[in-house]
Amino acid sequence: MYDYRTGKQDWMGAGLPTEGTNAERPRLVDVVRRDVPTCSLDERLGDVRDRVVAAGWDACVVVSQERVVLGLLRAEELQADPDLLVERAMRPGPSTYRPFVSVAEMRRIMIDRNLPSSPVTTSDGKLVGLVRRRDVGLR
Amino acid sequence: MAQDIGREQVRRLMAEGAQIVDVLPRREYSEDHLPGAINLPLRKIESHATQVLDPSRPVIVYCWDSA
Repeated sequence: MYDYRTGKQDWMGAGLPTEGTNAERPRLVDVVRRDVPTCSLDERLGDVRDRVVAAGWDACVVVSQERVVLGLLRAEELQADPDLLVERAMRPGPSTYRPFVSVAEMRRIMIDRNLPSSPVTTSDGKLVGLVRRRDVGLR
Repeated sequence: MAQDIGREQVRRLMAEGAQIVDVLPRREYSEDHLPGAINLPLRKIESHATQVLDPSRPVIVYCWDSA
């Protein structure tokens, strides 16, 4: 007998498939942009901005070496002094959401909190990707 | 005594044919459960386990989290 102690929350938090009535409803794991640019705390903001723009993005997720989310650079932060280090320019500790959150629920959250984008992470904080308003059917 | 295991061990044991038991209430099981899991709510597990589980195959039990 084995005990999977961290259970369904851990399983779904990792974006793994499930069965059941909710399984057919779209979730963040289905729409999240996994190709979002990432950077580290000690990079120069101007260098990051150049890379982000060249990739066609206006946001970048700040991560540790283990890909744990530390902060977020949205368009506003990316426009700050290019000589700043990311650590000084980023929005620290952004709210993150798990891959099993439904698209409908995320739409409500983004409207209620006026969020342009949010990182999606596993239950241990590792980046899965970024979800933007357009990814959940919002402008 | 059950042995604690993590996600990767669960996946490996599932691939090897382990039986997965969701001990959450029926409604929560119906909404989402691990692939192939059967539902044996905690209050029924002792009385029903021997009827529905194959004693020759490993059994993994889980609920929502470790709380």
